[in-house]
Amino acid sequence: MAEVPVPMAMLAELTHRCPLSCPYCSNPLELVQAKAELGTGEWIDVFRQAAAMGVLHVHLSGGEPASRRDLEELTSGARQAGLYTNLITSGVGLTERRFHDLVDRGLDHVQLSIQGVDAATANRLGGYKRGFEQKMKVADWIRASGVPLTVNAVMHRQNLDRLDETIAMAVRLGARRLEVANTQYHGWAYRNRFALMPTPEQVRRGGEIVAEARERLKGVMVIDYVTPDHLATYPKPCMGGWARVGLCVTPLGKVLPCHAAETITTLDFDNVRDRPLTEIWTHGDAFTRYRGTAWMAGSDGPCNGCDRASRDWGGCRCQAFAWNGDAATADPACAKAPTHARMRAAAEAEAARASDAFEYRTMRAS
Amino acid sequence: MTPDAVPFLPRGVRVHWCDVRKGHYLLAPERAVKMDKVAAAILGTVDGARTFEQVIDKLATDFRAPREEIARDAAAFLSGLIDKRMVEIRL
Repeated sequence: MAEVPVPMAMLAELTHRCPLSCPYCSNPLELVQAKAELGTGEWIDVFRQAAAMGVLHVHLSGGEPASRRDLEELTSGARQAGLYTNLITSGVGLTERRFHDLVDRGLDHVQLSIQGVDAATANRLGGYKRGFEQKMKVADWIRASGVPLTVNAVMHRQNLDRLDETIAMAVRLGARRLEVANTQYHGWAYRNRFALMPTPEQVRRGGEIVAEARERLKGVMVIDYVTPDHLATYPKPCMGGWARVGLCVTPLGKVLPCHAAETITTLDFDNVRDRPLTEIWTHGDAFTRYRGTAWMAGSDGPCNGCDRASRDWGGCRCQAFAWNGDAATADPACAKAPTHARMRAAAEAEAARASDAFEYRTMRAS
Repeated sequence: MTPDAVPFLPRGVRVHWCDVRKGHYLLAPERAVKMDKVAAAILGTVDGARTFEQVIDKLATDFRAPREEIARDAAAFLSGLIDKRMVEIRL
């Protein structure tokens, strides 16, 4: 068995409910209904188990975590367990009073998503009227509280040309960090790839803008940026390596090595209702299957014996499964992967589509 | 870093003892940095009250090390954290 590292971070998807319906939502196509979600006590127990096994950061996410009426209790529970507590929110569902309550309970950090730099664009993408106006208010509360703010801007063909305005807006909102998050084409985003896939030129220009802004904004704002997979030469070390750095717990209590892992339909996932978290992390089938580099030896693909194997860990297992039909193969983002050229060609064809029409995320996937 | 600047950890940045890894970690948004002895000593002296000069004085005394060497190491370490917005300074 591969050496089992101590996990750093846990993504807690408290709920799939969300007032927004972004067409690139990272939740699965089949969304969990409210009545099936883990309860308050169950989540707090998960936080304690996570802290005891060495997790340092917890990301309270969703859907929209503010859709949970017990978000305040959950924040206290996470903080009291000793976790660095990050709220990943659209801002919709928070009130000023509610936000200050979270701050008093020890919330460490807020990550606020923005869908665009003006109300018309942002509200169209989010599918929610006045969402943009609400976000601007929430950003003011965060800035006034002194709690650090990260702005998360999901980028795609329809907003990449306004990257410099996005950066300026994050500075204006008082963000200490900006995540320029190029859309990952799984789930909803894959369904909407024809409307979202950026052109190679947009991505190239985006990289230049970020490089310039990083230099200019040293000590003001940190910018995270990762080249989209379909234009990379080598894959990114997705999740810092499968089952090495982080884990995700779904609203149902399923424990995943990555939030998109359920797209690998050949895997079974343990549930915190049935098994202790540390046992799932250490021995669970979904975690041990692709941890480390042992799985590469059984494949005849380019990962086997590759000198980058323990640098990028073979890239993204979900993407490998989607393109190759087998998760124990090389991520097509890698230039050595047989499917690399096909993925790039498909992305370029999608990027050349003229229509910006997309399908919103809905609770009932068709 | 001027001598009378006061470095401090802003809200959302804190030192955490991890019992599983038996080490101190500097926790910040999306970052967890393992602190070695030197880092822990410097940040242990940064309390939001001491000026940079006083931080150096205390470290030089505690470690009985040459003041210039301490000043250079501490300035480099703190500047790195300031660039990442993990330390801020009050003038």
